Amino acid sequence: MTENVKEKIIEIIAEQAVLEPSDVTEESTLEDLGIDSMGLVECIFAIEEAFDIQVPFNANEPTKSDFDISSVASIVKAVEALVAEQAA
Amino acid sequence: MKRVVITGQGAISALGHSAAETLEAMREGRCGIGELDIRDVERLSIRIGGQVRGYDPEAEFNRQQIALYDRFTQFTLLAAREAIAQSGLSFSGELAAQSGVVLGTAGGGVNTWDENYRTVYEDGKNRVHPFVVPKLMNNAAASHVSMEHNLKGPSFTVATACASSNHAMGQAFNMIRSGMAKVMITGGSESMLCFGGVKAWEGLRVMSRDACRPFSANRNGMVQGEGAAVFVFEEYESAKARGAEILAEVIGFAMTSDASDIVMPSKQGAARAIAGAMKDAKVNPEQVGYINAHGTGTAANDKTECAAVADVFGHHADRLMISSTKSMHGHLIGGTGAVELLACIMALKDGVIAPTIGYEEPDPECALDVVPNEARDAKVDVVLSNAFAFGGLNAVLALRKAP
Repeated sequence: MTENVKEKIIEIIAEQAVLEPSDVTEESTLEDLGIDSMGLVECIFAIEEAFDIQVPFNANEPTKSDFDISSVASIVKAVEALVAEQAA
Repeated sequence: MKRVVITGQGAISALGHSAAETLEAMREGRCGIGELDIRDVERLSIRIGGQVRGYDPEAEFNRQQIALYDRFTQFTLLAAREAIAQSGLSFSGELAAQSGVVLGTAGGGVNTWDENYRTVYEDGKNRVHPFVVPKLMNNAAASHVSMEHNLKGPSFTVATACASSNHAMGQAFNMIRSGMAKVMITGGSESMLCFGGVKAWEGLRVMSRDACRPFSANRNGMVQGEGAAVFVFEEYESAKARGAEILAEVIGFAMTSDASDIVMPSKQGAARAIAGAMKDAKVNPEQVGYINAHGTGTAANDKTECAAVADVFGHHADRLMISSTKSMHGHLIGGTGAVELLACIMALKDGVIAPTIGYEEPDPECALDVVPNEARDAKVDVVLSNAFAFGGLNAVLALRKAP
């Protein structure tokens, strides 16, 4: 499951950044990848669609959210938690 | 007061993907109305429209742009590019600060509303794309034109149903005339040929199932079109100083409200707008050679419009030409006055009067020279363009041959 979540998220982020998935690493930040605030909400939309989850994210206070967007790894971790919560 | 001239025009409509193609079709009296090619058309009782054909958004815009541009915005941007390229203007510094965008649209991003209502109501999904709001808002097109061309002056969108474009162009005209702006990008666009858009219009029972035949005794309603037309309005002395080609001069504008009925037109309201535009332009009725009619092809509009013209022009009503190009491109609602202004410019610049096609039987209540079925060569010096909207809001522009 973990590999699948990671792969799918990298795929979504790469598409948004107009990059190849191989150019996106777990350490990358969205800023490094050139994804702006509009790109971020598109990523979140695509993640919600792909995993059928609700991501608690408010663009007014992006850092206060429980959903940590500081790097690709943190996004993967947050999505895994949401997917697990959904399954429980 | 400053003089105002037109130095660029651009369009996309059922008649073609540029102003030149649209005008060529008008000259040939070609009909752009055909069977609608849209989702769920089999659930519609009205299945014809003036659709833009052979259009591939991906050939014009990248994926991120398409995520943000509703079809009405795409049409506007294409028409604006063409118009601004023709004008030869580029906007920076002081010129950018004194140049703006005023566009008309009645519905804005109707396709975006339609698609996303479908998502939440029909498909039962609880989530829509993040850009639904910036994509559907009525001012999206004006804002994207402003961003693409660095236009930093007064910019907004006008929504007065079928008169939106004329009201927008009237504003642009007055803003330059008063010295408020140097250049205005103006016109309008509409794209509501989708299931929900056409279904809404069906409800009013004013749509024809077979053709738009303005002024013809056997007319049976309007036919909806889609597309955009955009113009560059510029202060005359600046345009002359830089040696720009001037397509026509805008000389007058008037707007009135019927203050009577939400859908039925009023002869008095229309007549006051027509007379007002001539007064504003300081021309006599005898100088007007051509009127681009509102001419929707409904029973009510066409006879009311002809009666208003007869009242205002008296004997001269029998000598002027009046045609409705909606017979060819359909009724573009908030974009219609803009596409029709192309015909006005063609009349002044090329001496070609666009015809009213589909004209089959004379109607004693529309007994004017409607330029039936074939374009006509004629020299005209002053023309008017009528728009009379639902809600009783009327807007008429007056143009003259380039100085």
